[in-house]
Amino acid sequence: MDGTLLFQLTLNGLIVGALYGVVAMSFVLIYKASQVVNFAQGEFLLVGAWMCWWFLTEWQLPFVIGFLFTLVFMTLFGIILQVVVLRPLIGEPVISVIMATIGMGIFFQALMKWIFGVFAKPFPPVFTAERVSVLGLEVQTAYLLSLGISVAIMAGFGWFFRYSRHGLAMRATAFDQQVAQSLGISVPRVFAMSWAISAVVSAVAGVTVGMVNGVSSALSFYGIKVFPAVILGGLDSILGAVLGGLIVGVLENLAQYVDSQWLNWGNMYQVAPFYALLLILLIKPYGLFGTRNIERI
Amino acid sequence: MTVMTPAGDFRTSYRADTTIFPTRGSRAALWAGLAVLLCAPLVLDRYLLSLLINVGTLGIAALGLNILVGFTGQISIGHAAFFGFGAFSSAWLHESFGLPVLLCIPVAGLMTALVGLVFGAPAARLKGLYLAIATLAAQFILEDFFARARWFTGGVAGRLTESPAIGSFALDREESYFYLVLAFVIIMFVAAANLMRTRDGRALVAVRDHYLSAEIMGINLAYYRTLSFGIASFYAGIGGALYAHHLQFVSVEAFNILFSIQFLGMVIIGGLGSIMGSLMGAAFMVALPEVVQAAADALAGGAIDRALKIGGNISFLREMAIGAAIILFLIFEPDGLARRWKLIKAYWKLYPYSH
Repeated sequence: MDGTLLFQLTLNGLIVGALYGVVAMSFVLIYKASQVVNFAQGEFLLVGAWMCWWFLTEWQLPFVIGFLFTLVFMTLFGIILQVVVLRPLIGEPVISVIMATIGMGIFFQALMKWIFGVFAKPFPPVFTAERVSVLGLEVQTAYLLSLGISVAIMAGFGWFFRYSRHGLAMRATAFDQQVAQSLGISVPRVFAMSWAISAVVSAVAGVTVGMVNGVSSALSFYGIKVFPAVILGGLDSILGAVLGGLIVGVLENLAQYVDSQWLNWGNMYQVAPFYALLLILLIKPYGLFGTRNIERI
Repeated sequence: MTVMTPAGDFRTSYRADTTIFPTRGSRAALWAGLAVLLCAPLVLDRYLLSLLINVGTLGIAALGLNILVGFTGQISIGHAAFFGFGAFSSAWLHESFGLPVLLCIPVAGLMTALVGLVFGAPAARLKGLYLAIATLAAQFILEDFFARARWFTGGVAGRLTESPAIGSFALDREESYFYLVLAFVIIMFVAAANLMRTRDGRALVAVRDHYLSAEIMGINLAYYRTLSFGIASFYAGIGGALYAHHLQFVSVEAFNILFSIQFLGMVIIGGLGSIMGSLMGAAFMVALPEVVQAAADALAGGAIDRALKIGGNISFLREMAIGAAIILFLIFEPDGLARRWKLIKAYWKLYPYSH
């Protein structure tokens, strides 16, 4: 096997995987705080990327300002969704909540197609150099940036949950809502905040992917790719989400390589993570790092 | 809400309490409804008939999903893939082995049930969110299989299917195919209603309501969860086969995740854990695009149409309508159309003394 190619594939996988990790993290954030599995996570990426694209091309804003506007918009977007759609469903069965997020997913995906069309649109160039060479390998600047952003976000999450007051409140809510409430934490506010943060972080990932591949509805597939990642890591483990994302990123690249060299089945890039997902669920139903739910009557 | 029985009608046996049509009125309504449906092909035009056929085929599959989601409490986001598997199996069986189509349809159902059991095996250990995600994986794996297995699905080109025939009489027109679908709908719905009256059906409900208590009462969780998955796949397979022989063409792309979501939407909108609700939900989902289309036609050419570019984007509007309908039903009518229907019936039963 070609060593350099393998290295390149692994590196690509790690870079894409870091982005999966970021999206998976924001997914786990919502799940931990409010016990909602968000099937509309991919649409967060989509909406964020399109908004940023819109600010940059239609309004001709400089990148930094347009990006900031996007983040502000996504904060409001997350809060509004939580308040309007999910708050009335508190206490409903799991299936209802899941279906509500699925409904939001198809609604916003169709809305974005309606407003912005179905074709991928390129981002205005943000960097002067398209590619830079790292250790003798050609890497796209945006990918490098995305890696940087991913690591920064992960570090930010780490700090947020360990030291900041809101992060601690969020962890307390995730641990036990009633106890958190009796300690004076506003649970509805924590829910809204978790959705806002999740939307913002997903939008950052969306914008990064958009800069590399252009913005199109294909972005929402990241929301689906998140599931193998979070199952690998366990639904409620933030560190697991990051690791799961990295593993899925590397796995799909290697699977594609194996497929193109020997198997020739086609489409392994998309499907391999799902095979892995089923296997893991067969062996470890709570993922690799998830807490096992011990139930008593 | 319980069934309302006339005053003085006391049930004296368990059997009497679990009849499907408890009152004379409901039995009369049943025969009247059947008579209306039997006359439908004489009155309605082909387009409306094909919509009704769609309600039937999708309704059968939705009923299967309702047995899984509404009665057993397991979530599946891959129902369209099983529906598609049934469609392709039936076409494949007919073409490769020359089986008569009428035989292919139930056999396709059994084949789909087998596939469902394969994916149901991990489901036996999973529940809730993890199961939802596992079935999502099933959806993508089966979709990938459809695209790859050319011998089975005809690959990207899709597969043509034949119409069923009874003797030399081909059911190739909407008018005749309608009766076939109607027969299947009746068989499948009566079977489901009866299933829910048996020990197995009650076991499924017990698994949904409190699976730990169910297990303590001697209900084998893994067995019933897998069984429920198999039944759901069987219904999906039958529905898919009927769908395939109606359209006479099945394409690989049709059975995507949006279609799966539509099935879930039917179950939610119709009413979780309601047998007739599945049919109502299917009817709603079939009618919804028509309503959107009609609204778009009504607006066509006007200022709103020009401003919002409705004309060329009608398919997105339909998707948005599906998403919005699901969310609105969840927020405002979580028990679905079935409950609304019961309320309407109760209102007229007590009219004008409903207080």
